[in-house]
Amino acid sequence: MALYFLGRIFILISILQVKFGKIIFKNPVIAASGTFGTGFEQHFDLSQIGGICTKGLTLCHRSGNKGIRIWETSSGIMNSIGLENKGIDLFIKQDLPILKKIRDEGVRIIININGSTIAEYVELTALLSEEEADIIELNISCPNVKKGGMLFGITSSAARELVRQVRSVTKLPLIVKLSPNADDIVKIAQCCEEEGADGLSLVNTFKAMAIDIKKRMPVFDNIYAGLSGPAIKPIALRMVHEVCQKVNIPVMGMGGICNGRDALEFIMVGATCIQVGTANFINPNSCLQIITEIDNFLRAEGLSSLDEIRGII
Amino acid sequence: MAKIIFNHQIDSNIYHLKIAGKYKGSMGQFYMLRGWNSYHPVLGRPFSIFDLDNKSVSFIYKIVGEGTNLLSKLKENDNIELFGPYGRGFPKAKGRVALIGGGMGLASLYFTARELKVQSSIEMVHIYLGFKERAILVDLFEKVSRKLIIDVGGFISQKVTINSYDYVFACGPEDMMKAIVHQKRSEKTKIFISLERRMGCGLGACLSCTCQTREGNKLTCQDGPVFPGEDIYFD
Repeated sequence: MALYFLGRIFILISILQVKFGKIIFKNPVIAASGTFGTGFEQHFDLSQIGGICTKGLTLCHRSGNKGIRIWETSSGIMNSIGLENKGIDLFIKQDLPILKKIRDEGVRIIININGSTIAEYVELTALLSEEEADIIELNISCPNVKKGGMLFGITSSAARELVRQVRSVTKLPLIVKLSPNADDIVKIAQCCEEEGADGLSLVNTFKAMAIDIKKRMPVFDNIYAGLSGPAIKPIALRMVHEVCQKVNIPVMGMGGICNGRDALEFIMVGATCIQVGTANFINPNSCLQIITEIDNFLRAEGLSSLDEIRGII
Repeated sequence: MAKIIFNHQIDSNIYHLKIAGKYKGSMGQFYMLRGWNSYHPVLGRPFSIFDLDNKSVSFIYKIVGEGTNLLSKLKENDNIELFGPYGRGFPKAKGRVALIGGGMGLASLYFTARELKVQSSIEMVHIYLGFKERAILVDLFEKVSRKLIIDVGGFISQKVTINSYDYVFACGPEDMMKAIVHQKRSEKTKIFISLERRMGCGLGACLSCTCQTREGNKLTCQDGPVFPGEDIYFD
């Protein structure tokens, strides 16, 4: 903590504080979409994390996918939840008031939205623009719904059109969550920047597969599922590095981050913030531990801010 | 991190794990256990509280895959991570209570029986345990019930007259629990069942353990694992 004297007010500025575009995060650690909830309160004070990204939201309620929804693989998990959520009306009524209380304590709230058409993304964004949220995250990378979602995350022309139209209906900061399954993730990132996205988050899960050899059938009813966890970290890191070289908007890096060292790797390749997903399932205290480990590293290395190491590679 | 007091093999592939420390928990709740440092497997495993006192918490588990296989290798004084207690367990009961366990479903019933035994609203606790091949832990269960009925190789649900109890708590294979729910004839009898589902986080975030109920999707880890029997649509 650095102590500044401003008039008669003392302001505590943590060395972990980061600026994502115009938005200040108390620290760079954000709980990723679909991996966090109020249940974590029994483990730590949620006001300590930098931000929370909500579970993927759609216009209408979705029951999600049938069959097996989670499956482990070496150093990773595959999920096929299928965007189960209560729909935007109930979200605004039931969940947003809880999130607002956490937001009042300085935790940035990012709302992850999903549509199967551009019109749905536009409508969701317009509805949320009236609400108190810090960032809208356009999820164009969910591999677990058959219609839409990742469709916009594969080709740069589809992503460009979507971002253009959503941008026109909101002044809220807009970030786009990119898919590692994209034809050309760097090109998509550049298109999002050109169309006015305030930032990017990457990467979502990798389209993957598992077979039940006794049944001689795919494990998942949807055949494919999304792979996350430590298994994808080196590839995610490479993608964040490639994108950060080519865009000027800030990036939230994610993909298998499990500890402070992983987080610092993403920051060194250019990420402003990082999102923690699967690690929240392994240990509910992961976000908090990562914050502590980053803080310890900065102190041990005599650094006063993450700016000193961001993008050095 | 916690220390293991013992990890005894009690049958060919069934183990009794006792962990040191003062832990919380109520009847039917569970903990996520992770006894390995590597990411293979990645996730912890959910286990019902078998027993709990001021100095320890214990679990009964069967080796069914990589996670439980790794757990079985742990020895006295080894470290283990546990997170919980999670979930909604069995409710308060009164009058005559039957606890019905099938296979490893018995794991959540011993602590439940001990807790019920000291409640003044309880007239009696009868325990029914069904096993495929061999009965286990009979001596322990004998101490906590007025009547203990054991079945090996048959259907324990057929040995219970559900309607003669005020409360029935059941945990075991879904077919067993389904048979119990379908046997119910009297409005007086309240049936609660403890579901088992593949879980990710254990605390309501990942939505992997959804079950179908009359009120729509519910989370086994957070809304359950214990649900009123008639609310569940069995697979």
